Amino acid sequence: MITLNVNNSAHQVSAEPDMPLLWVLRDLLNLTGTKFGCGVAQCGACTVHLNGEAVRSCITPVSRAENQQVVTIEGLSKDTTHPLQQAWMAHDVPQCGYCQSGQIMSAAVLLRQNPDPTDEDIDLAMSGNICRCGTYPRIRKAIKDAAKIQKQKSNA
Amino acid sequence: MNVTNQQKKYRIPVIPTVITLLLLITTSAAFFSFTNDHGKKAPVVNADSLASVQAFTQVYRVLMSPRCMNCHPAGDQPLQGEDSHIHTMNVHRGTDGKGLYALKCTNCHQSKNVPGVHTPPGNPKWALPPADMKMVFQGKTAHELAIQIMDYDRNGHKNKEQLLEHARDTLVKAGWNPGEGRALPPLSYTAFVKAWDTWIEKGAFAPK
Amino acid sequence: MTQNLVSRRNFLKNAAILSSGLIVPFTALKAGKRVQDDPFTSFAPNAFLNIKPDNTIEIILAHVEMGQGVWTTLPMLVAEELDCDWKDIAVAHCPPNPAYNHTAMPLIITGGSTSTWSEFERYRKAGATARILLTQAAAAKMGVSVASCKTENSCVISGDKKLSYGEVAAAAAQLPAPKEVPLRAPNQWKYIGKGVKRLDTTAKVNGSAKFGLDVQYPGMLTAVVAHVPVFEGKVKSFDASKALKVPGVRKVVQVPRGVAVIADHFWAAKKGRDALVVTWDRGMGASLSTPDQTQRYRQQALKDGLQAAKKGDAKASLAKAAQTVEAEFVFPYLAHAPMEPMNCTVRITGNKCEIWTGTQMPALDQAAAAKILGFKREDVTLNTPFLGGAFGRRATPDSDFVSEAVEIAKASKEFIKLVWTREDDMKGGYYRPFFIHKIKVGLGSDGMPVAWHHNLVGQSIMERASKIFGGGGGGQEKKADDTSVEGVNNSPYLTNIPDHFVGLHSPKEVMPVLWYRSVGNTHTAYAMEVMIDALAHTAKQDPLEYRRKLLKGHPRHLAALNLAAEKAGWKKNLAPGHFQGIAVHEAFKSYVAQVVEISMVEGKPKVHKVTCAIDCGLAVNPDGVVAQMESGIVWGLTMALYSEVTLAKGEVQQNNFYDYPVLRIHETPVIDVHIADSREEMGGAGEPCVPPTAPALANAIFEATGKRIYQLPIMHHFNKA
Repeated sequence: MITLNVNNSAHQVSAEPDMPLLWVLRDLLNLTGTKFGCGVAQCGACTVHLNGEAVRSCITPVSRAENQQVVTIEGLSKDTTHPLQQAWMAHDVPQCGYCQSGQIMSAAVLLRQNPDPTDEDIDLAMSGNICRCGTYPRIRKAIKDAAKIQKQKSNA
Repeated sequence: MNVTNQQKKYRIPVIPTVITLLLLITTSAAFFSFTNDHGKKAPVVNADSLASVQAFTQVYRVLMSPRCMNCHPAGDQPLQGEDSHIHTMNVHRGTDGKGLYALKCTNCHQSKNVPGVHTPPGNPKWALPPADMKMVFQGKTAHELAIQIMDYDRNGHKNKEQLLEHARDTLVKAGWNPGEGRALPPLSYTAFVKAWDTWIEKGAFAPK
Repeated sequence: MTQNLVSRRNFLKNAAILSSGLIVPFTALKAGKRVQDDPFTSFAPNAFLNIKPDNTIEIILAHVEMGQGVWTTLPMLVAEELDCDWKDIAVAHCPPNPAYNHTAMPLIITGGSTSTWSEFERYRKAGATARILLTQAAAAKMGVSVASCKTENSCVISGDKKLSYGEVAAAAAQLPAPKEVPLRAPNQWKYIGKGVKRLDTTAKVNGSAKFGLDVQYPGMLTAVVAHVPVFEGKVKSFDASKALKVPGVRKVVQVPRGVAVIADHFWAAKKGRDALVVTWDRGMGASLSTPDQTQRYRQQALKDGLQAAKKGDAKASLAKAAQTVEAEFVFPYLAHAPMEPMNCTVRITGNKCEIWTGTQMPALDQAAAAKILGFKREDVTLNTPFLGGAFGRRATPDSDFVSEAVEIAKASKEFIKLVWTREDDMKGGYYRPFFIHKIKVGLGSDGMPVAWHHNLVGQSIMERASKIFGGGGGGQEKKADDTSVEGVNNSPYLTNIPDHFVGLHSPKEVMPVLWYRSVGNTHTAYAMEVMIDALAHTAKQDPLEYRRKLLKGHPRHLAALNLAAEKAGWKKNLAPGHFQGIAVHEAFKSYVAQVVEISMVEGKPKVHKVTCAIDCGLAVNPDGVVAQMESGIVWGLTMALYSEVTLAKGEVQQNNFYDYPVLRIHETPVIDVHIADSREEMGGAGEPCVPPTAPALANAIFEATGKRIYQLPIMHHFNKA
């Protein structure tokens, strides 16, 4: 049994230590917001936060997450009010939507570490996340707006 | 195809090289003394410029192979693959060498290799050198690289002992455990360590 | 915010049903009523709308949401006539019932960039019909005249009396359908042409949106298949003993295209597959390789193919021309690579079957499943969750991944979810065909074309698809496959060239080919627009001016071209080292022009900006059109710069995004989209945005480097010094 903390609740899973965190989340814990896209850390659809960092869960063995803090898209906010989620809605970013959980989880690390990201910062943070629908221009705009929302919230 | 090119590049005829080196050493051998972290010069016993330079020639082949050079790039982006192309995904060094934001090295690179081809190779210390100590290999001649490695201010502040120890480092060793589908460095790990030690113990001479 | 309420509820409902061991079909339609709803409380005036007592306005889509925005656009059309409160709307995909057949095709299909224009009447009428009946029912209940009633925010109001739609839904359901259903005039529109926020965004930013791959039920197992590496090859023998020892692996079964490993979850199934030992009979396809195919097609292109367009005598005119320009274009096979790999969940219980899969042709998949199982069609229920991208890949005439999942469920007698890995997806079939174009153009003394001779060589998509859609194709018939030549045979340039000939060769290969976002236009627009640019250069004329002369009599092409050129500031105030290229193309009844601005950075093209103009007639949801243009441009840049599927010994060489790269955010230019103010015939949006991008980019590269790119992808021309 492996114990891990996902979205602030403890879970015990019966899994081989090399089982990728992605499949533990999806197939054992039924948290399907985190997506399978490539299986080799190329596309970023599986991005979750492991102790606050945007790891690619498809190649992260669950053993690495043992007794650590995991946050998935389902746990990013209680009520879809994270500044990124709000900005994503304001800009109608998603098209098919499949990659967007990963995009948002990556962007969340950017915003935490850089509250005022430039275009270059966005490129530095977000180039590991592929979107086949080509929502990149809107992702860029939404991240900048989310930064503003984040500031307003912290000032409020 | 790239692998073939790479191999060709390293297929240096031995005898002419030795002759060239002899000529160079007799005319302009560079001798390096070691500086320890207290700034004192450490004496070199058993100095042998010929043996030292020959050993470094072997070391250089390893350092310039993709397994080493890919994480010692000239720019601020790691390299990737047998052809040492710039790492895809716009990955950058960051100040600590561990990547930036959502593209930190360990977001993909685990503490050990993940099975399968084209999965990210793993090591607990996976990173580039930090921004204030870039330790660039890419584009360096053997002469330049030897001098750089012996330079306390450009080698990560390593004295002789620490340099010798560095060849035993887990991240250096990772070059010989590159993950499925990746070529090994041109020397065995044992041969590399031996050449590294010889180069340093014999006086850390730099080929011209 | 409105969410994917219906789908979610059905997921929950079915979860409950399945865990109790029962399975019942839901959302089956009879006479326009949804049988699972209580007919005495709900009001389903037609197959597209279902008004519940709680005031939920359920809108059932005859097209699936795969990113293009129908989840929002079709409800807009209903709401325009129904006067419902936007927040009361819930949306669902339709079941595979003929009531939802395409208005222009005899099946349920999402494709061809048709969803908005083909539903423009039907969905507005659905809303208008409901409003008439709700008003009649409410007027009767309130004891007022219909004429005294108005409707707004899901309520019927007469003076100070007011009833919600939900309150009169049951009564409305008893009324006969109105004979006349007038629709509102454009000047009364509240939504159309203005737009609303997408209805699927909330679910897609908090992880609650369910895609096919997200289907999870108690007792469901996961299947991963070792596919034969060469198309039309077969399993010779296999040894599953090691696979069966992998913890979690339950069963291993042979299916037509390979060997399936069934396990408790994906990871165990994948490990089990890795442990399989399979001997393959590679079959005839094992001789196919890209260099050989290129040579073969080159030879074929020298001869005239099946006539696709002809006027005058192109060869005679070429012989007399002042100057001739010749070119050969080579286009690789392309994989769609949607973000969600192919998958399908199947449960067979007795003589009933339930399927969950993201598909563009649900009824076809239902029929395929029924055939494999020997069931009646109506005994196969098919649910369509969101599609994680499709781009044509999820509209396969032979229902490939659905059939495979049904075969596995049948052979294993298990409730399974088939999951393809990315590699399975890349190698598993259905590609934009490999094409070669051979073009010879004669110019008059004024530099304008007088003769155009053009042969194309490439597999026919319709050869397989015509079984379902009818129409020509395949080279066996007398008519050229339109999906091979569209964009050439109907080119506006050709109509103004006195002598022209377009011929098509449709060789047969084992490689399965399919429509890929914008289909034939992916290569024809490139060949035409790069050729026209080359002609302009030969004639020493500005490429924009040259096109303007050639497009006389084609006002929509010209309008799009001029709008894009104006907004891009064609060759005005360009930054030093920056260059522009232009292209214009009509596809799926919309006219799109683009100007691509690049510079050369370290010997490689860097795309800075793409200015896009579209005339699609009325843009129902303008921001949705803008989103599709952005999407298509990113798609077009990926295709032009990187995309290529090659073959060696019959095996696809590409595996995953590391060797089939797609554009990333740091490579994405600024995209500036302009929608022409047009009341011409409505066209599509999802595909017409793709064709001009690649040629406009190539034309910009020519301006920058003097290098014409005749073979895609572009990366091969710049990668190494």
